[in-house]
Order: sequence, then C-alpha cells, then structure tokens
Amino acid sequence: MNYWPLLGIALVVVGFALRLNPMLVVTAAAIVTGLLAGMDIAEVISTFGKAFNDNRIIAIVWIVLPVIGLLERYGLQQRAAAVIRGFKNATTGRLLLLYLAYRQVTAAIGLHSTAGHPQTVRPLVAPMALAAAEKQHGELDEDTSEKVKAYSAATDNVGLFFGEDIFFAIGSIVLIQQTLLTYGYNLAPLELAVWAIPTAVVAFVVHGWRLVLLDRNLRGAGPSTMIAPHHTPSDTPPTGHVGAGS
Amino acid sequence: MITLQWLYTLAGLMFAAFALLSAFDRTNPKRFGNAAFWGLMALSLLAGDFVGDFGNGLLVLGLAGLAGFGFIGRSQPPTTSDEEREAWSERLGNRLFLPALIIPATALFGTLIYNYTPVGDYGWFEEKRETYVLLGLGVLLAIAAIFAWLRPPPIAPLQEGRRLIDAIGWAAVLPQMLAALGVLFAAAGVGAIIGEMTAAVIPRGSVFLTVVVFAVGMALFTMIMGNAFAAFPVMAAAIGVPLLIQGYGGDPAVIGAVGMLAGFCGTLMTPMAANFNLVPAALLELKDQYGVIKAQIPTALPMLAANILILYFAAF
Repeated sequence: MNYWPLLGIALVVVGFALRLNPMLVVTAAAIVTGLLAGMDIAEVISTFGKAFNDNRIIAIVWIVLPVIGLLERYGLQQRAAAVIRGFKNATTGRLLLLYLAYRQVTAAIGLHSTAGHPQTVRPLVAPMALAAAEKQHGELDEDTSEKVKAYSAATDNVGLFFGEDIFFAIGSIVLIQQTLLTYGYNLAPLELAVWAIPTAVVAFVVHGWRLVLLDRNLRGAGPSTMIAPHHTPSDTPPTGHVGAGS
Repeated sequence: MITLQWLYTLAGLMFAAFALLSAFDRTNPKRFGNAAFWGLMALSLLAGDFVGDFGNGLLVLGLAGLAGFGFIGRSQPPTTSDEEREAWSERLGNRLFLPALIIPATALFGTLIYNYTPVGDYGWFEEKRETYVLLGLGVLLAIAAIFAWLRPPPIAPLQEGRRLIDAIGWAAVLPQMLAALGVLFAAAGVGAIIGEMTAAVIPRGSVFLTVVVFAVGMALFTMIMGNAFAAFPVMAAAIGVPLLIQGYGGDPAVIGAVGMLAGFCGTLMTPMAANFNLVPAALLELKDQYGVIKAQIPTALPMLAANILILYFAAF
C-alpha cells in the first residue's frame, strides 16, 4: 500500500501545531496529498475547487451577521447583560446549564440549526455568561473572561453534538444507516437514534458537572471571600461585553 | 420552489456589498485585500456553478493566498460607541430581544409548521433544506422589523455585517476549505490506510480492547479529518463490521450509533473542526484561537470513556 498520502496529514498536524496560517496549511496539505496520490496539478486544483463549491452551504450561516450587527448597534449585548444582572440568583454555571439543556432538547427534535455561535452565542449567551460571572466574581480579569467566553462556546458544541443524533432524520444517522446497509444490516433510523440517548444523558451530567465547578471557581476567587484587592481604574480593563466594535 | 441557490444568491449579494464597502473604506490600509477576499466569496456564491471545477480551484487558491500572506485586515466600519449602546439598551429595554428572536422563531416554528401541517404539501422549499430557507426568511423579516422600529441608516445592516465578518476574517471561509481537504484525503485513499493501520493494532480475542480501539480510532481519525462523517465508513469497514458485528456478534444499531458519538468526542478536540472550534474563538474574539478546544477537552475525554462503556455493555 502507498503510505505517502499520510504526509498530507503530517503537514496539517505540524502546521496547526506551529500556528501557521490555517488557510495556507490546508491548501498546501490538499495539494501535497493530491500529488502524492498520483493526480496532476490541474486535477488537484479541480478536485479542490469542486469540493469547495459543493460545500457552499457552510457559508450560508453568515447571512445572520447584518441582523446581529444591527442589534449590537442598539445595545443587544448590553441588554442581555443587564437582564442577567437583574436576576438575583443568576450564575454563569446555571445559565450555561440551562442553555445546555435547551440546545440538547432543540437539537434532539431536529431544530439544530436554530441556534449556534453566530446566532445565539455571540449576541446572547456569552454576554449573559460574562454578566453573571461579574456578579459572582466582581470585575473579571482577562483570563477569567476568556474562560467564560470559551465555556459559552463549548457548551453550545457539547449540547449540539450530544443532542442532534437523537433526531432520526439527521445526516449522521442517515450516514450510519447507509453504511451498515452496504454490509446487509438494514436498520430503521429510529433504532439508531434511540442509542444516542444514553450518551446524551451522560453528556448533560459530565458537562453540567464542569459548569458547577466553573461556578465554584468563579465564586471561590470572587470578592466575597477574599480581601479586597487594590483596584485602580487604570489596571482593570472593562470586560462587560463581548467583541470590540469600537 | 425556493432552492438553496436562492440562499447562495442572497449570501453572495451580501458578500459583494462587503467587498464594495471594503474597497471604499479609506480607513483600512488593507482595503483592497479585503475587497478581493470578500469579492471572491461573492463570486463563489453567485457563480460557483458556472465557473467550472478548475475555476473554482483557482478561486480557492486566491482566497488562501490573500488570507495566508496577510493581505486582509480588520476594518473599523462606523457603528455606535459603548456609551451609546448602554443608552439605547436602557431606552429600548427588553423589547430589544424581540427582533433577535425573529430568526430562531421563524426557523423553529416555520420548520415545525412546514413538516407537521399540510403547508408542506405545497412544496415551496427545496426538500430537506426548509430550515435553511426559513433561516434566510427570518433574517429578512428581522431586518424589516428593525427598520420599521428603529430606522437605522440604510447602509447600517451591511456596515454592521462587515464589522463582524472582518472580525472573523478568514476563519469564516476555513470550514469550507477543510471540507474540501477532506474530499482530497478521501480521494488519496487516506481512509483505507488508516483503517488498515488501526486493524493491525487490534489484539486478538479481547472484545473490550477491540471496542476501545474502535472508539479511540473513531475519535482520532475524526480529529484528523475534522468530522466524524469521514471517519465512520472507514472505521466501520476496518473494525466495526468485520470484528465487532460479524466476529463477536455485537448489536449493529449500538455499534453504529455510539461509534459515531465516539467520533463526536474527537470533533470537540480538533482545530480541523474549524466551524465548531476556531470560528467561535474568532467570533468571541478570544486571544487564544485554541481556547474553545481547551475548554472542551475535559468534557470530551470522559465522554469518550463513557461511550466505550456504553458500546461494551449495550452491544454485547
């Protein structure tokens, strides 16, 4: 067997590890892999171009940006944060736990494209999580606000991945069904989808536990339990909202 | 019938507007790079089916070159200041959420109504793509509602959209590039090689260890390819079907479903899954582009272990 195409994978791993520009890494890996597989350069470029064109549906989600941007212009992130400040018992962990449940349930009934990083995480979930963290912790340093934002995005992914397969008409279930059919195992989509439920429950418990720990972490380092540090306006960068825009 | 091409056209026109506004933005020293980059995206969306495979390939090389050699940069389109935003937020109150909810609500209720009432029989939308079409409809409705209510400057939606897309930058295109790379990996037979190598490390006679190699193989190969879809047929052919199902008599439904979910644990841990892991880091303007992945690994590893146990106890 010809093992040379693996060099393309090695290129990707090294490129990502060295934090080279991923657009160049991916393009170089694609060209190298194609050439090593015996294609000529024109064939490689054509194959790459056709595959890019066949996957244009991925770009569709960006049509929400004008709406999100317009709403940010009128203070949507500030409003989301204000709502959370109004709730006495709101914490980052509880808020994200709620979002995790919402994401898993909506994905499980086939509504996985109704939420996501551009549609819900940037305009709503992350600013709310940051506002809750500020309530628990006081002014957030950069590392803490980075962590809260990263957890917001992570919670969206975990909820989506371990919810969507419960819906029987999703692409991955169809793929499993078609693959097994070629070996003579004819399964109904529903027979497969029920086996996504145990993992979904475990995911809620595992990630939910991490969110509880995040809360403890935020509270533990918060102003209520420690001697007030010296805060001068100049050394505490404002972290109350996501994104710059100014 | 409203097809995906309508949406490509809508998105293409938006990117074309971003390109034009970029070209005339004298405050951005890299304005022509940005204009070319978003212009190529507009061309792909508007005319991708008419420029041929080789033409599309050159288009992709152009995108990669512009992004990779530093020709694009972040712009500062006109928008409101933080103080103005606080003031608007005070003045408008929670009504501000209503337009934000138009998009998810249109997609959610639209999909439900379209699929579970006779409305779907009219066949207005391309089959299986109704949520995307409704997402686009929701966007247009939301913009109309905001204009009726707040009367922003007419150019504002495009300038605000450009502000966000420039903040995301090339990460907005990377997921599509990675999907294309996956196709080349497959054409080069990478799947067959990985399958053969994984099958070679299997210890004979141990069901549990075979399950472990299958699940870990799914996760690792998913990390390489950036999505579990590419990994599943390979691992099913190498281990899942011949060893777990035919050799040890495992339940095919469990092995298929939970095997795929083991792959999803890999998706949480790889920069190759750019739309889930790198795009949000850009959208949320994280300093560390791998910040989201780092937040996910402590969930992904226990989940992989859990999937191994579910596979072992439920399938055998």
